[in-house]
Amino acid sequence: MERMGLKIAIASGKGGTGKTFVSTNLFNVLMQESVPVTLVDCDAEEPNDREFIPGDNTNSFDVTQEVPVIDTATCTFCGKCAEYCQYNAIFFLQEERVIQVMEDLCHGCGACFVACEYRAITPKESVLGTVNSFQITENTTLIEARMKVGVHSPVPVVKAAIKQAKPTDLVLMDAPPGTSCPFIQTVNLADYVILVTEPTPFGLSDLKQSVETLKSMGKRYGVIINRAGLGDEGVFNYLEQEKISLLMSIPFDREIASVYSTGKLLTNEFLEWKAKFRELFNIITAQYGNSSY
Amino acid sequence: MEIAVISGKGGTGKSAVSAAFATLNENVVLADCDVDAANLYLIFNPVIREENVFVSGQKAIIDKDICTNCGICMDYCRFDAITENNGEILIDETSCDGCQLCARVCPVEAISMIKEDKSRLYAGDFRNGKMAYGRLSPGEENSGRLVDVVRDKAKELAIASAIDMIIIDGPPGIGCPVISSVTGVDRVVVVTEPTLSGLHDLKRTLEVTSNFNIKTQVLVNKYDLNETMTDNIEAYCGEQGIAVTGKIPFDPQVVEAMVHCQSIVEYAPDSEVAHVISKAFEVI
Repeated sequence: MERMGLKIAIASGKGGTGKTFVSTNLFNVLMQESVPVTLVDCDAEEPNDREFIPGDNTNSFDVTQEVPVIDTATCTFCGKCAEYCQYNAIFFLQEERVIQVMEDLCHGCGACFVACEYRAITPKESVLGTVNSFQITENTTLIEARMKVGVHSPVPVVKAAIKQAKPTDLVLMDAPPGTSCPFIQTVNLADYVILVTEPTPFGLSDLKQSVETLKSMGKRYGVIINRAGLGDEGVFNYLEQEKISLLMSIPFDREIASVYSTGKLLTNEFLEWKAKFRELFNIITAQYGNSSY
Repeated sequence: MEIAVISGKGGTGKSAVSAAFATLNENVVLADCDVDAANLYLIFNPVIREENVFVSGQKAIIDKDICTNCGICMDYCRFDAITENNGEILIDETSCDGCQLCARVCPVEAISMIKEDKSRLYAGDFRNGKMAYGRLSPGEENSGRLVDVVRDKAKELAIASAIDMIIIDGPPGIGCPVISSVTGVDRVVVVTEPTLSGLHDLKRTLEVTSNFNIKTQVLVNKYDLNETMTDNIEAYCGEQGIAVTGKIPFDPQVVEAMVHCQSIVEYAPDSEVAHVISKAFEVI
């Protein structure tokens, strides 16, 4: 039977709840069963997946955008490009005849090129970050989006990284935290979203915001509670009230924290966790209605 | 004086440290600049005195009655936000960056821009002074402009109430909102944890703060969960000439404090965690 592509995003409103922990362990158990799977580390500001999953860097490329270069000899200082720019990336003083591109603010939309009637603006490639691919085993790959320090937004690098995954593959996406643009861009492409949270008032507040967002996008999702035992009952009660599927509950345990802290995978250290992550995948495919894995 | 607490990696305990700093002194202005996941209001339950609309950007929409489906806009869009489906031109709201180029090139003026105005700025009073925070509406661009607005409001509150200490709780990551949170502050405190990810993210964060030449110090939270990694972090900071001004032990009371809507210095003033954080604050 032909396998359908399935994209699963692992996300959380609050940072540090265990997205990377869940992503890398889920990837690991599937890899060990020779399931062809690609993990995309979409947390381009702080990518960490590769520290848990060693592999050879087989391909890397820069993600660039076109920024304008203004030839001041040709420029008539009409100011139309600055008026077209929605990002205040062109600093312009008409009387003083000063015009300057602020590359950090440029989004590469190309409006200034269209605006200029005097061919005074030419494009230049500016690097936003890199996409690195790692071959883990014969049929498993890790793709990492890594934003350059100081770049305004991780979104172009994240999009480029996700594009590298074959549409027919099983793809896990370790999403950026929050519910703003980078999160939406990642989960928008997902068939199923795993929300990782912790049972604290902060975790609950951010979980609610993530759930509302996913509801409005019409996504299927379930929740993993990490560090259960710390905190209170708020998150558990919320899931029950809203009838949201609790996919897994991971207790707070110094041993688990210690395994993670050294860059080891829990599913390699404890057989019971290997089984639990495999079961997690079965639950998701059952909920998604695709049991061919 | 403005102190920014940031972390690179999320979930290291940045907000717990900010909350503790905010309750060590009488009278501070607290600015929650983690606008994508503002949480400190949960602990401090501020009395809101002011609520302002924040326009985070704009999105293009097509008037179907005017559009001739010529596709010119699609050719110009660099964000893959405009697609054709069975001869019909559609704009994907999620991908639209709001550059307005499509509206400018449309020969029949079928495209207009609508403001994204669901984000908010709040200001009010809490038990130790004044508080300002922002809430970014889901999906909107976290450009750092809302962070700037929250900081401006905090400064305004500080001047109006003659308070000289502003505590900024920054967002995770190293992008624009982080840069906006630390630009021009007097001191940055980076909260990290003794994990491989924590160390990796700390390095990227310190790259940002050194680019901006800001006096920076580091706190290692839950240091006893992996003391070898804590040593590695201290060694790295030593090489960089950055002081580690506190090692906070793991203590479930930190989470319990949060559940009780208190900071750790309010909930367990005699705990080691409270002592270490107070000391780090004295260093500043």
